[in-house]
Amino acid sequence: MTPKALVAASAMAALLLVAPANADQLTIGFSQIGSESGWRAAETSVSKQEAAKRKVNLKIADAQQKQENQIKAIRSFIAQNVDAIFLAPVVSTGWDSVLKEAKEAKIPVVLLDRDIDPSGKDLYLTAVTSDSVHEGAVAGDWLAKTVGTKACNIVELQGTVGASVAANRKKGFDTAIAKYANLKVVRSQTGDFTRAKGKEVMESFIKAEGGGKSICAVYAHNDDMMVGAIQAMKEAGLKPGKEILTVSIDAVPDIFKAMAAGEANATVELTPNMAGPALDAIAAFKEKGTVPPKWIQTESKLYTAADDPQKIYDSKKGLGY
Amino acid sequence: MTALLPRRGLAQVLALIVILAVDRMVSPQFFDLRLQDGRLFGSLIDVLNRGTPVALLTLGMVLVIATRGIDLSVGAVMAISGAIAASLADSYGLPIVLTAALGAGLVCGLWNGFLVAVLGMQPIVATLILMVAGRGIAQLITEGRIVTFSSPDLVWLGNGSVLGLPVPVVIALGMLVLTAAVVRGSALGLLIEATGGNARASELAGVGTRAMILSVYVWCGVCAALAGVIAAADIMGADANNAGLWLELDAILAVVIGGTSLFGGRFSLVLAVLGALIIQTMNTGILLSGYPPEFNLLVKAVVVLAVLLLQSPKLSGLAGIAMRLRRTKA
Repeated sequence: MTPKALVAASAMAALLLVAPANADQLTIGFSQIGSESGWRAAETSVSKQEAAKRKVNLKIADAQQKQENQIKAIRSFIAQNVDAIFLAPVVSTGWDSVLKEAKEAKIPVVLLDRDIDPSGKDLYLTAVTSDSVHEGAVAGDWLAKTVGTKACNIVELQGTVGASVAANRKKGFDTAIAKYANLKVVRSQTGDFTRAKGKEVMESFIKAEGGGKSICAVYAHNDDMMVGAIQAMKEAGLKPGKEILTVSIDAVPDIFKAMAAGEANATVELTPNMAGPALDAIAAFKEKGTVPPKWIQTESKLYTAADDPQKIYDSKKGLGY
Repeated sequence: MTALLPRRGLAQVLALIVILAVDRMVSPQFFDLRLQDGRLFGSLIDVLNRGTPVALLTLGMVLVIATRGIDLSVGAVMAISGAIAASLADSYGLPIVLTAALGAGLVCGLWNGFLVAVLGMQPIVATLILMVAGRGIAQLITEGRIVTFSSPDLVWLGNGSVLGLPVPVVIALGMLVLTAAVVRGSALGLLIEATGGNARASELAGVGTRAMILSVYVWCGVCAALAGVIAAADIMGADANNAGLWLELDAILAVVIGGTSLFGGRFSLVLAVLGALIIQTMNTGILLSGYPPEFNLLVKAVVVLAVLLLQSPKLSGLAGIAMRLRRTKA
């Protein structure tokens, strides 16, 4: 089958599937990237919950990490004449033509979690994303406040080299602690956002810093690396959460488990609820014609051991992280 | 074989010593060892412990490469076996968990071996199928999440110690001895080398080349599955997206550094494992050095190039000619 015929066929199949919904019920198509991470799975399940809460008919298309699948899904949503399209773009470029088609069909597009290339700014209604520079800053501010005036050697577990999230989380943290002369990042190495590498790199940090005695805090660009680092510290006979402060980003369930056990101190949430604000913006746009700002920033909430980590763990673990 | 080792393995041993010396330079406490909760603690132990997964992969990979094959699927097989072990760990005992995980590796190996030996597919294509599909299977098992467990038996496999040595290191040593005993204690090693050297001639001479090829892929699958279980036990969870990712390339590199040709034939198990240790000694050194992570891959590439150049017969030939020229001039 040629690609065109395939699109036509899938669009027709999709048309047949459209349920005769209430006239006033919004139907929104969501082109999701795929199951690239636990966070992504949680975003999908939270999106479903948020849509159900607002009685919106949300159709989710899984693109299996491929842009061509996302483009196909958007074309099929246009053919179904949905009320709005949510897009979590897998890459930042190459969206112009398909978004123009959506614009011609007068279907507003909302970007979730990731932004696209600046050339397409007029092609979407708004983007709901987190500010990863701000996330790093929240982590840095917490550490500065907690440490106070004593000298503190920090080791940093970076995300994957070249990932914009890693660069931004580093930048935000560095800027936040630059104001304090007593805070210093003494070692910084990539842990590739994974537990295994986080553990391996932390093992080397501990050896390089005299058995870990001179380390005052660990900052990790994501919770998974921190979970690995906590294991490395425990195996080296150190007490993470007590002797060594920990702060990381994402707020996945397992970091709350560590926090409940007193082995982690703080995490900054990358909320999986991107659909909620997007749904509100679309509802206001459809009912009152309110044009939302081009960028809706989600909250980067800080969680510490004071926030009943066990309860948060219980509420988060079912989301598919 | 032992008589051959000093001459054949000279380049590898030299490379390891040089890298160890460089590690000692960038990190003065590199050779420090102490006891921590009944297990040895130090950078050298990290090298052995972190090198275990690739060393295990290497044990299977070197046999596959000796038959003139290659197995790109070992990283994906690690992800599958880790996912199975982690999902079963909290409800079943260790024997069942291990049987299921290693059994999955065996089935994966059989599949690869069937495609190569029976259907006659080219190994790189045949194993590419499982490399891609295998990670998908692992993600299906874990549903895309990191499956964690707390079964003390399985955790012990990754974090326990025997006589001060980490359990993974002991397992890898045991597997090396077992593999060496099987292939070198019998004519099996010779038959594998014959198959890789010239499959048709060996077939005509009465070697069961199909059985040879099938069995090396099966062994490769089992070794990869064991590596996957250890990797999962190490972080007390199975991360299907990242477990064993790109490790097939490290394993192939280790085999090549160990002096086994990708064109099959003569192989050395000990040198291949030494190759894995060389790679890990370098990795640990890079982590200890404190250089910005942007340099990691560059440093690795330069060191690998240097080690391979050390072994190049053409280059040592050239060096010999240059020396002779200088001598005749003088």
